[in-house]
Amino acid sequence: MPGKLKAKIVAGRHLPVMDRASDLTDAFVEVKFGNTTFKTDVYPKCLNPQWNSEWFKFEVDDEDLQDEPLQITVLDHDTYSANDAIGKVYIDIDPLLCSEAASVISGWFPIYDTIHGIRGEINVLVKVDLFNDLNRFRQSSCGVKFFCTTSIPLCYRAAMVHGFVEELVVNEDPEYQWIDRIRTPRASNEARQRLISLMSGELQRKIGLKVLEMGGNAVVGYLQCFDLEGESGIVVRAIGTACTLDKLSAGANANAYTHPNTAPASNACNSPSKDSKEPVFSEDPPTALGPLTPLRVLPSSSPPPFSSSKPCSRQSSSSDTDLSLTPKMGMGSGGSVGKEAGPLKMLLRQQTQTALEQREFPFFTLTCFPPGFLVHVGGVVSARSVKLLDRIHNPALGNPRPYKLLDWNSVTADEPETRDAWWEEIRQEIKSHAKALGCHAVVGYSESTSICEEVCILSAAGTAAILNPRYMREGCLDIGSGDHSCGFCHIPYDELNMPFPAQLTYCYQCRRQKVPDVLFTTIDLPTEAAVSGKGCLIQARLCRLKKKAQGEVNATSISNLLPFMEYELHTQLMNKLKLRSMNALFGLRIQISIGENMLLGLASATGVYLSALPTPGGIQIAGKASGDLSNEQHVLSIQKRINDAMAKNKEMYHINPPELSEEAAGSPIPEPKQRSRLFRSQSESSDELSELDLSHGKKDAFVLEIDDTDAVEDIHSLLTDAPPPAGFYSCNTEVMPGVYNWTSGLQMFTSVRVLRLSNANLTNQSLNKIFTDMCENLLKSLYFKLRSMIPCCLCHVNFTVAVPEDELIQVAVTAVAMSFDKEPILEKLGDRANEDQLQFPMELCAESASVAISNLTAKFTATSVDYGSFADRCSTWLELIRLKAHTIRRGSVKTSRRTQSLGRSRSLRSTRSSGGGGGGTAVTVVKMTPLSFLPGTRLIKYLGIINMFFIRETTSLREEGGVSGFLHTFIAEVFAMVRAHVAALGGNAVVSYSMKECVFMENPNKNQAQCLINVSGDAVVFVRDTDQEATPTLIHTSCGGTDGPT
Amino acid sequence: MAVELDVFVGNTTIMDEEVYQLWLDGYTVNDAVKVRMVSEGMEEYEASAEVVMSDTMDQYRTFQMCERLLHNPTKLANQLLFQIPPHRQAMLIERYYTFDDVFVREVLGKKLSKGTKKDLDDVSSKTGITLKSCRRQFDNFKRVFKVVEELKGPLVENIRQNFILSDKLARDYAAIVFFANNRFETGKRKLQYLTFQDFAFCAGQLIKNWTVGAVGESVFLYVLDNMVEDMDVDLDKEFLQDLKELKILITDKDLLDQHKSLVCTALRGKTKVYTEMETNFKNLSRGLVNIAAKLTNTKDVRDFFIDLVEKFIEPCRSDRWASADMRLYLTHYTNSAHLLDTFKYQVVWDRYMGVIKSCIFKMYHD
Repeated sequence: MPGKLKAKIVAGRHLPVMDRASDLTDAFVEVKFGNTTFKTDVYPKCLNPQWNSEWFKFEVDDEDLQDEPLQITVLDHDTYSANDAIGKVYIDIDPLLCSEAASVISGWFPIYDTIHGIRGEINVLVKVDLFNDLNRFRQSSCGVKFFCTTSIPLCYRAAMVHGFVEELVVNEDPEYQWIDRIRTPRASNEARQRLISLMSGELQRKIGLKVLEMGGNAVVGYLQCFDLEGESGIVVRAIGTACTLDKLSAGANANAYTHPNTAPASNACNSPSKDSKEPVFSEDPPTALGPLTPLRVLPSSSPPPFSSSKPCSRQSSSSDTDLSLTPKMGMGSGGSVGKEAGPLKMLLRQQTQTALEQREFPFFTLTCFPPGFLVHVGGVVSARSVKLLDRIHNPALGNPRPYKLLDWNSVTADEPETRDAWWEEIRQEIKSHAKALGCHAVVGYSESTSICEEVCILSAAGTAAILNPRYMREGCLDIGSGDHSCGFCHIPYDELNMPFPAQLTYCYQCRRQKVPDVLFTTIDLPTEAAVSGKGCLIQARLCRLKKKAQGEVNATSISNLLPFMEYELHTQLMNKLKLRSMNALFGLRIQISIGENMLLGLASATGVYLSALPTPGGIQIAGKASGDLSNEQHVLSIQKRINDAMAKNKEMYHINPPELSEEAAGSPIPEPKQRSRLFRSQSESSDELSELDLSHGKKDAFVLEIDDTDAVEDIHSLLTDAPPPAGFYSCNTEVMPGVYNWTSGLQMFTSVRVLRLSNANLTNQSLNKIFTDMCENLLKSLYFKLRSMIPCCLCHVNFTVAVPEDELIQVAVTAVAMSFDKEPILEKLGDRANEDQLQFPMELCAESASVAISNLTAKFTATSVDYGSFADRCSTWLELIRLKAHTIRRGSVKTSRRTQSLGRSRSLRSTRSSGGGGGGTAVTVVKMTPLSFLPGTRLIKYLGIINMFFIRETTSLREEGGVSGFLHTFIAEVFAMVRAHVAALGGNAVVSYSMKECVFMENPNKNQAQCLINVSGDAVVFVRDTDQEATPTLIHTSCGGTDGPT
Repeated sequence: MAVELDVFVGNTTIMDEEVYQLWLDGYTVNDAVKVRMVSEGMEEYEASAEVVMSDTMDQYRTFQMCERLLHNPTKLANQLLFQIPPHRQAMLIERYYTFDDVFVREVLGKKLSKGTKKDLDDVSSKTGITLKSCRRQFDNFKRVFKVVEELKGPLVENIRQNFILSDKLARDYAAIVFFANNRFETGKRKLQYLTFQDFAFCAGQLIKNWTVGAVGESVFLYVLDNMVEDMDVDLDKEFLQDLKELKILITDKDLLDQHKSLVCTALRGKTKVYTEMETNFKNLSRGLVNIAAKLTNTKDVRDFFIDLVEKFIEPCRSDRWASADMRLYLTHYTNSAHLLDTFKYQVVWDRYMGVIKSCIFKMYHD
């Protein structure tokens, strides 16, 4: 009996009218946890009932506490007929199980019904008393912290990064059970919501166990996904990076910032005095402090984290599912490098003894790292495999459904780990690709699926890298990053034995190591990287028609199409990158979606100009040897347009590479290249491909032949991409390279568009155009909508494409628009500070005045390299790093201007921030962002992970404003529920927010529609930079106060 | 290639004030797009019709979703569905409840019933305000009326608190409610020259001085407060009864003459229209006092404004009194009554004339 869960129902408000006769409602509440249910009294004839119930107490295992949600149902009492449900609230109590997170959940929750949406609100109080139990860790993993954030969370410090954790659980989908034929849509939706909630709880608990076993205390970069496989069930899977995190107390925080290189080891790591402030489980500190006492000594009843005994070959025996063609694919697939692994083994020379080598999967879901962690980056590695879905066998569910007599029932009975094996196979592939690139680890790793009927594409991608092994060992510390801001660009593989052809040059920064001409990665731009100008969002879009087919035939045709798609997406990316005169891609994400009759490919990345890499050459247009004069002129005109576009882009993104004198100075540099050759990427090339590429390469130019229809298409797509309007930038990474002076202006949004294709016979080209235009128009709409925020940057732009039905294309975007301060000019500083003071005359005059002063000091200190003076005000680890990067760069290049702007921006931001927020309302303002930080603020507490799954259905689509009205309401409701949960935890923001899933189905003829949305993020408490002394407790009470019942 | 679905949802609800106004004004999406396309600053964003259309549709949808909450503005502050900064909330409410003076002039004093609502298409074609906007404004009147009808306490304050409106707008609504409740006639041709603001001012005066709540601060009325439901909406019956006593000013020959001579003495030499004042004194005085005496009849209360115009303003205007003349006359007319020894109803007289004076000042357009 290790835990007591207590819940109290305080009041309701804005309830719907349930009794038409009286226009009132007789509401009561059922509180359910596990199999125990309590009820409140009926509060008669009132739309704002005050139940003020007793504390309902549930005595439960902590295992259940982790798995089960608290389920609150509001009902209308009816004397003569069955009570009508008004709606439900599911509360995930996981945050209460971790002593560092929230201590109480208290606040107004929207009452949600899957048919009617939000129907009023209910005020609830929830607490948990955890008893001390020595066997605590046997089945449950209370106390392990989870973060969606893909970097080390701010206000924590990584004592140790343990590595990859993964788990998946499967179940039957209630929507496809026989009982679904007789129950109401509401019951079925609720069963599904509850099941998925249970499954994610279970999954999280299991992952937590693995983490404890590895000796960690947290999972960072936790990525959980649902695969709704229809008849074959639901898969909930998650991956993450196990870490040992130390909380930085406010004081230690500042300390660490001021002296990042000199901080004594013991201070940050495991000094007991500090840890004792956070009694994870007060009686047993060593257990809680993973890094000090390895948990492996504990008797463990659970299986080892990685069941390495699972043979990969096993999969090949099951013939119908083994359609994984990736390793055999010749062109374009990420896979082919693996074949060359043999001769490359020698490349693995240095790091053989690192901790990484002993790991089954040296993968990291992180995309942003502490300085010095990332040594070299090889390139993108990816793997895809096409699988035929089968029914998942789940012993827990007992007998197979009696009404189904399909033959495959017998086949699947003995394969409970099919999905595990599939993923294992893919991960092995990724691992071997990374090895081929001379890398021992994969960072920025992610996995995804696309399902259509019974075909499923499993994809995994990451960036091959060499990491600093010291982070894998215990007791490691802040590594002095040295001054190699270009280190990560240097090739990790052997120059003489390159895994693929690439043009190497000596690094343009250090002149000592070789670098490739182009670099593609899935991670964020390392903070120490030197960049010229700004970055920009680059997308490659592609549609390919395919014949409708069934089963294996379908799967084969899809696998045949995949390599071509990858190749074309890649070519597009490369062309667009060149057109922008950039030489590296970060945050690369390639999504391929299957539909009945087409495949959609969308690649998004942020292009930048890395100073360490060579200047990209131009693009040359060539006609196919013909003396036709008009043709030649045509070629010339296109060439001119391209050259103009490149020049314009250079100007727009402020790309001014410092190439002048260095050419002469740098001895080992080969002759300056005017044109780059077309090579397949560092990562994705293969032997077949290299042949192909070399033929291109012989021309020694990046040549597009316009006689080729593909090339026409390429050129078309190149030139139709409209640049963002003035004042706008966009990227899909955490931060925009080249923009630092953020204000606190922030707008997170989700936009969804569905396009219905006409029945006309579409060709690949016309379909491509439609798809490209759709994405472009969507971006244009976003720019228009957010025009009031100029100058502004769309960060973390995340596109998801789907083919929900035959003729439908769905594109969903989630991003955050952040305004920044444009004026980096020194002279204007004083004036602007005054203006800002005038702009917010009402808020805290004294404060803004002091800010103005600090502003000026910042201005003057900026010229002398003294970032220590900022450091105490540095809100985040990230910013400090950025600052350092600046200082480093200042040495060589003319970047002092930017540093000043940084100092300035901080002060501006703080004045703005006081103008921003909306105090004075009864509802706590909750900010949401897909980024891991909020500009102008300090995150002082992580309250736990938010992971919510909702279903909404309607049978009165027209009445709800059609499909757009329906989805608009639903997304707004999802946001509202996320905000309410965060506020109830005592938080005021969600960081690393993402919408994982948005499945929309409609049947306009029946006036019906259904939508499923899954969102996740980290609930946090932040304070403004200006509120120097604010303590978490203060914030917490103030939140609780405003929120509390009245 | 139809766009099947197109939505944009921000964590902070984005609302463009210009589009909001178009929506409030009852523009269809297509018309609104046309207006926006030619409005200033659009070229700057190179916005195509498609983009503006998408944005307009989105915003219209948002407004429609918000409308339910705007019907109950107190809910807007503590609802969870839309995250709207407080100053934006205030803007949304204020604009939603703002009405066109031309429109309100058409329905002022009418019963806020279904019948009136049916005639709104006539009002719409007459005023050039879209029917949609007319309906919204009418429903607003009705909603405010319905809510404050059942509330005790000061009218303006009730409106302000229940609908979170600015003081000015709350006062205007109080006037509308007051007019609708007492069904004052405002539509006659003779009253056409009066604007809504004229009437609103008069209503304010009546509410402030002639209702039960008017005497509000006395302890005596605190007791009454519990019994009188619509203390600000209904005229003070007792007071109206007392007004009958003022008749003595015109029925008593002596008193009438005495009053006249006092007024004339005071006015002599101070105005160009002295002769007209002297000749018309008895007529005007009879007019004003008769209005007072008849106010116990509901029917006559309805005609209050028309009576003022017919019995006082028109005669004065035909004699070409300037506003200043009229002010002078009324001031002395009121004050002189205090000097009449036998006239004992000074308090009632002041309460009556105070309102009459300011109403006429407002209603007398040069």
